[in-house]
Amino acid sequence: MDIQLQEVEYRYAAGTPFEHKALHNVSFTIPSGTYLAIIGHTGSGKSTILQHLNALLQPTNGQVHIGDRIVSSEKKEKNLKDVRKRVGIVFQFPEHQLFEETVEKDICYGPMNFGVSEEEAKQRAKQVIRQVGLSEEILNKSPFDLSGGQMRRVAIAGVLAMEPEVIVLDEPTAGLDPRGRKEMMKMFATLHKERNLSTILVTHSMEDAALYADEMVIMHQGEVYQKGKPRELFSKREELFQLGLSVPEVVRFQHRFEEESGIKLEKTCLTMDELVEQLQLVHKRGEGR
Amino acid sequence: MMEKMVFGRYLPLDSVVHRLDPRAKLLFIFVYVAIVFLANNVFTYGLLLLFTFLAIFLSKINIRFLIIGLKPLLWIIIFTFSLHLFLTKEGDLLWKAGWIEIYEGGLQQGAFISLRFLLLIFMTSLLTLTTSPISITDGLESLLKPFKKMKLPVHELALMMSISLRFIPTLMDETEKIMKAQMARGADFSSGPIKERVKAIVPLLIPLFVSAFKRAEDLATAMEARGYRGGEGRTKYRLLQWTMKDTILLLVLLILAVVLFYLRS
Repeated sequence: MDIQLQEVEYRYAAGTPFEHKALHNVSFTIPSGTYLAIIGHTGSGKSTILQHLNALLQPTNGQVHIGDRIVSSEKKEKNLKDVRKRVGIVFQFPEHQLFEETVEKDICYGPMNFGVSEEEAKQRAKQVIRQVGLSEEILNKSPFDLSGGQMRRVAIAGVLAMEPEVIVLDEPTAGLDPRGRKEMMKMFATLHKERNLSTILVTHSMEDAALYADEMVIMHQGEVYQKGKPRELFSKREELFQLGLSVPEVVRFQHRFEEESGIKLEKTCLTMDELVEQLQLVHKRGEGR
Repeated sequence: MMEKMVFGRYLPLDSVVHRLDPRAKLLFIFVYVAIVFLANNVFTYGLLLLFTFLAIFLSKINIRFLIIGLKPLLWIIIFTFSLHLFLTKEGDLLWKAGWIEIYEGGLQQGAFISLRFLLLIFMTSLLTLTTSPISITDGLESLLKPFKKMKLPVHELALMMSISLRFIPTLMDETEKIMKAQMARGADFSSGPIKERVKAIVPLLIPLFVSAFKRAEDLATAMEARGYRGGEGRTKYRLLQWTMKDTILLLVLLILAVVLFYLRS
């Protein structure tokens, strides 16, 4: 399902002294099956964009096309369930949204709201709980007895159980330990490939953006600063620094290397493997000492 | 949704009213609420109205914004107005259609009562709009000090109040966040029969309570770790300063009260 934003503008508390323009002239398209990363400084409007993707917010100007639905400022949207069913959002710290007595019930809450039968929902719960890396025994526990990391996984499972076509992740790994972080990002990457989901990731981690995203949008003060492939965007190191952003460690290393040795690598490397490969090439050609 | 609420919010501007001592403002409101009830004819209401608008003008708050923000309270005013209009049967009969009878006395009473409401709401919102929650609690704590002798736990009350005030916006944000998260999971808070809507609130309330408990625990730990041992022997960072302006405010209030007393019929 394609999602398209057309000149979206959003103002919080429009018409009061607290008015605040969070988005301005934001346009981009997310074709079906893309892994898109949105990066930007704190307060650049990333989270506001997210809420437009399943019509939690309606633009104050412009249009959002979600599949064949058009959400615009003119009319108040009713019956948004079909949109919300197709676009699942995992909010920041999703563990705060758990409320049921058991993990199973909580996971079933989403699907059952969208009209899935109870048996089917339970079936899905069993399936997704394994996908997020937990065992089935946990289904009968209270979500409030779990550890922070487990709660996070249960919350994510609750969104996955809705079987959305588009999954939107708002810093899904914030506050997790390095291992949990890696596992979770890998899980989303696998899901993305297996189910052919569109994945939209808002993150502060340049490493994650470089590793997983096909496309990247850089937000700056409520506007799209640039959109492109991670490789392109991360090669403009200076510009990113000026926006208060950084580049992945690998890119930084490559830059230091190029500066000190005077040897230019063929491309901007995004992963450790690419970097090793490039350095071996340099070594083979016999440059450097 | 909640961002349009004006009642009870603080609008940080720079004006004479903003710079007044919170104690003076609290005392003022306290007395003002009482003297509003003195008014009972056109002159006294006119005087109070004039005075209220002068206060709004001095506070530099956009009056249109104030009126828009008080729309939710308008219904109460209209309700009381129509109650008086149809039920008070005094004075001359003005209009009659079927069983509906409108008397002059009812019209007058209704107008006065709504005006009284309006005056009270304007003035009290002006207090919260021009005084930060923190200084309101500081002011209250200082005003309540004499009651300490009567074993009233003034410090604890003030502390509780300042913590609650501090967390209102945080909890509001959190409510909105959880609401949105549940809406993304298919919850519907704004349509359907009442029974369904009440049911839909559970997924919002439970996470809110849980996080409030957690927050209380964290806050208590953090306070203890920073050496909080109760009110005994604490010093103050924010000192209230009573200035000439504040004395003048209370003097004006006194004059207003006396004039009202003589003008009332």
